[in-house]
Amino acid sequence: MISALGSNLEENWNSLREGRSAIAPIAAVDTSNIKFKNGAEVRGFVPDAHFPAGAADQLDRFAQFAVVAARQALTQAGLQITPALAENAAVITGSCLGGQTTQDMQFWEVYHDGKNRVHPLTIPKTMSNAGASQISMEFGIRGPVYTVSTACSSSNHAIGQAFWLVRNGAVDVAISGGSEAPFSFGLLKAWEAMRVISPDTCRPFSKDRQGMILGEGAGMLVIESLEHAEARGAKFVGEIVGFGMSSDASHITKPSAEGAALAMKMALRDAGIEPAQVGYINAHGTGTPVNDPTESAAIRSVFGGKVAVSSTKSMHGHGLGAAGALEAVATVLALQHGVLPPTANFTERDPECEVDVIANQAREAHVEYAVSNSFAFGGLNAVLAFKRT
Amino acid sequence: MDNLETKVLEIIAQQKRVPVENVTINSSFDELGLDSLDAVNILFELEGAFDINIPDDKARQIKSVREMVDGVRALVGEKKPA
Repeated sequence: MISALGSNLEENWNSLREGRSAIAPIAAVDTSNIKFKNGAEVRGFVPDAHFPAGAADQLDRFAQFAVVAARQALTQAGLQITPALAENAAVITGSCLGGQTTQDMQFWEVYHDGKNRVHPLTIPKTMSNAGASQISMEFGIRGPVYTVSTACSSSNHAIGQAFWLVRNGAVDVAISGGSEAPFSFGLLKAWEAMRVISPDTCRPFSKDRQGMILGEGAGMLVIESLEHAEARGAKFVGEIVGFGMSSDASHITKPSAEGAALAMKMALRDAGIEPAQVGYINAHGTGTPVNDPTESAAIRSVFGGKVAVSSTKSMHGHGLGAAGALEAVATVLALQHGVLPPTANFTERDPECEVDVIANQAREAHVEYAVSNSFAFGGLNAVLAFKRT
Repeated sequence: MDNLETKVLEIIAQQKRVPVENVTINSSFDELGLDSLDAVNILFELEGAFDINIPDDKARQIKSVREMVDGVRALVGEKKPA
């Protein structure tokens, strides 16, 4: 995992367990002419430190994050992609914007600088599948490789698809997650226009919340069947047990509690578990006026009011197409360590968000099952269920 | 009703694709069936038409046509040189 919270898993987990928010003034873009000033950027990322001479130039930042996170995951898993395994391995990533900073910079040269050409690698760097392709190329993975783009649910959809591929026996192993790098001026303007970005920080479920904060980075999981993992003596850190999806079919931006509840129910059904067995929910929890009460109502309708809920977006920001991946890693770590990360920056309960919010301090709890929610623009909902191993 | 008010009502009517007669100074957003997306679109058009900047926190407080007209009038007033 690479995010504003850290460049590797250990750094990220330390921040999550300490409830440390990495939201700070945006450095990548001059925000003088933007109404909001803060974001959760990956800091101190030096592409040349991760890629051989000149190679970093062939990848947009979002794809660089994807490759770095994939490497971490494969190293931790101790998995070698042998020639035998290559055709039975998959890579499924999520990203909604792809290499948009590359595109933005290249189009600027044409539209503003009056140049009559862009760099020939503009398309290969911009395409949303660049992360997945680069991972496939680096590790020689020759089975199913593709990218899912469903706005803020991209990573959950991608991980869910990868989980199903492994569970169905279509592949032995899948690398899955997502990556995103949204910090360019034009894109920030587009977010500003929606009036959903907070002028200060992200306070999910708090009465005085004022909106979301954009984040960036990548999260990647190595998913393999129990048989395959045991056969090679691998240690595993968690288990994916369910994937549920739904579509609101109502509004292009406003979420629906019914749609969200359906996706959660579908995840439980896929996992074959009851709501009462779930001890922690990593919420979509963007901190916007409208998501948090809608999500709270949906959670209550499925789980009741007792399950512990937190939004780690309060710390790593809203990773957009990477959000589900950052949050999947956070959820797996929470189960593994028996510590539930909090919702940072929490000030005051909102009566419209009647759920058990883990506020500011992490909570020690040995939970068996956890759920992670993503509810995207366009009404697309994707929920994953995890089990402690 | 002055030009400013007329213009605001026209912009709202255009967003909902209704005859401008349906939009009055007393209409609430609920009555007009305006949702959050209609609201941001209308604010965008108002900012363009009046060359003003409507901050998010003010925007969130506006729930009726009257509040919208008053808000626009205030921002236009702030623009005039002293």
